[in-house]
Amino acid sequence: MLALDPLLLGDLDLGDVLVVLLKVVVVFVIGLVATMLMVWFERKTISGMQNRIGPNKAGPWGLLQTLADGTKLFFKEDLIPERSDRFVFKLAPYLSFVPAFLVWAVIPLGGDFTGDKQGIVTWFGRETRVQLADPQMGVLLLLALSSIAVYGIMLAGWASGSKYPLLGSVRASAQMVSYEAALGMSIGAVLLLAGTLSTSGIVDSQDGITNWHLVSTGVLPFVIFLIAATAELNRPPFDLVEAEQELVGGFNTEYSSIRFALFFLAEFMNTITMSAVIVTLFFGGPQPLTIDIGGLQWDGDLYLGPLNGTIWFFLKLLVFLYVYVWFRATLPRLRYDQLMNLGWKLLIPASLAWFMLLAAFKLGQDQGWNRVVVGAVGLTVIGVGVALLSAAIKVSARNREREGAMF
Amino acid sequence: MSAVILAADDIQVAQNIGFGIIAAIMVIGALKVVTSKNVVHAALSLVLVLSGAAAQYILLGAEFVAVSQILVYVGAVMVLFLFGVMLTRAKLGKETDLDQPKAWLGVPVALLMLGVLAWVLIDGFQDERLPADATSKAAVEISDSVLGPALVPFLALTFVLVAAVIGGIVLARKD
Repeated sequence: MLALDPLLLGDLDLGDVLVVLLKVVVVFVIGLVATMLMVWFERKTISGMQNRIGPNKAGPWGLLQTLADGTKLFFKEDLIPERSDRFVFKLAPYLSFVPAFLVWAVIPLGGDFTGDKQGIVTWFGRETRVQLADPQMGVLLLLALSSIAVYGIMLAGWASGSKYPLLGSVRASAQMVSYEAALGMSIGAVLLLAGTLSTSGIVDSQDGITNWHLVSTGVLPFVIFLIAATAELNRPPFDLVEAEQELVGGFNTEYSSIRFALFFLAEFMNTITMSAVIVTLFFGGPQPLTIDIGGLQWDGDLYLGPLNGTIWFFLKLLVFLYVYVWFRATLPRLRYDQLMNLGWKLLIPASLAWFMLLAAFKLGQDQGWNRVVVGAVGLTVIGVGVALLSAAIKVSARNREREGAMF
Repeated sequence: MSAVILAADDIQVAQNIGFGIIAAIMVIGALKVVTSKNVVHAALSLVLVLSGAAAQYILLGAEFVAVSQILVYVGAVMVLFLFGVMLTRAKLGKETDLDQPKAWLGVPVALLMLGVLAWVLIDGFQDERLPADATSKAAVEISDSVLGPALVPFLALTFVLVAAVIGGIVLARKD
């Protein structure tokens, strides 16, 4: 029972500690191997979309290409620019790498969520979860880690002591701070329906495809989350942070060798963990996909015993990893003002409006109000809000036009 | 003597040692904030102090407060602060014009704050002790008390934030 507890309160014996240590090692290894394969997957998929072959020399189908690149980076000379702030320059890669790793801790990677089991499995006679830790405020921890990740990029650019990295990091911090609001507010809709902050609790509440809340969170909050997460990851089409044509290499221009490798690792690991978060919040994590249409019934059992949940989780994860690669291969980069307009004038108001509407419906359900009336009043209020917002945007746009550009 | 106190039955040794280490880091960080010759280094020291406070909350079993501390202060306030510094005056190396000639005025203010906060804590909790096996409160309980008995102070705090936002708009915009 103890290994359930993230704070390890109460009486400990050696076995509990060993279970936790085993989980730490497993999560660490999975994280690194998954990142290695992700880099390969991305290069291979993009080359397929661009009618090229891609990496095919190192290992079967080029699978070991990332390993080769990593080894090469280890043996490169580690340069520190003369005008840099040495301490912060060395600190920054770890600030972006450690939060990327910590996100794995709260993601349910498997387990049996059928019936009343709530994802609890028994390992070596001890009840635990296939999840490093299950704190009560797991989702808040995700948000906190994604906001800490800003530091790595911001300080890397500043400490480099040259212009392009500084510009890249100023762009990055503005972008990540802006989209964090939309990210948090779209998660709010999920939390409202799940009624819990714990990630395993959220997965548990999405029992089967009918409980995925496809209408209430599957459309608007999911799309907003996907866009905001892409911006948060600084991936195309929101990769203004390292826009090669404008900023050489962005915030990591001055980095080389192992420090560059850490940034690279963090970037790809963040892509995987963000996809895992999407699967956890919106698509039931390790819950199997059950089919029950007419006479056709399938309970999602893949005949893999205890690995069933994990395989389902990775299958769902793969879909989103592919989506991110697909984005990168097809979408052109946004202009900076388009990026800010999308974030502040569309995503944040839209997620706020949807959250308020859901809250109204939830309150109406508790109080026994008429659904139609609640919906009509809610939509009217949203309509007034949209009208006010667009009026304000129009006024400020007109004023800006009259005064001319400020910069 | 102190070892005897630590070994007493109802005192949690590990927690006390943890508290001591984190508190020492926080004090050093706080001194660094005011003595550092570089604005960004000072801000980073402040991040250290705020994270230390979050670690202390974890030791008290208040996970929710700890994560909120990280989310709000480390993740939002300090990021915006550093962002502002970077846009305006983010020199590398030492700066000479950071020291105020009237810096000593900060000492009585700091002592006054220490006195007020200590008095509030001691007067508010008297001899009450946290039970040794305290588990963290559910977020539901916290939100119930924020939107219930503590609603008025909570709303007062939100007014401060609204005022800050309006002030920001007034400063930033000409129209």
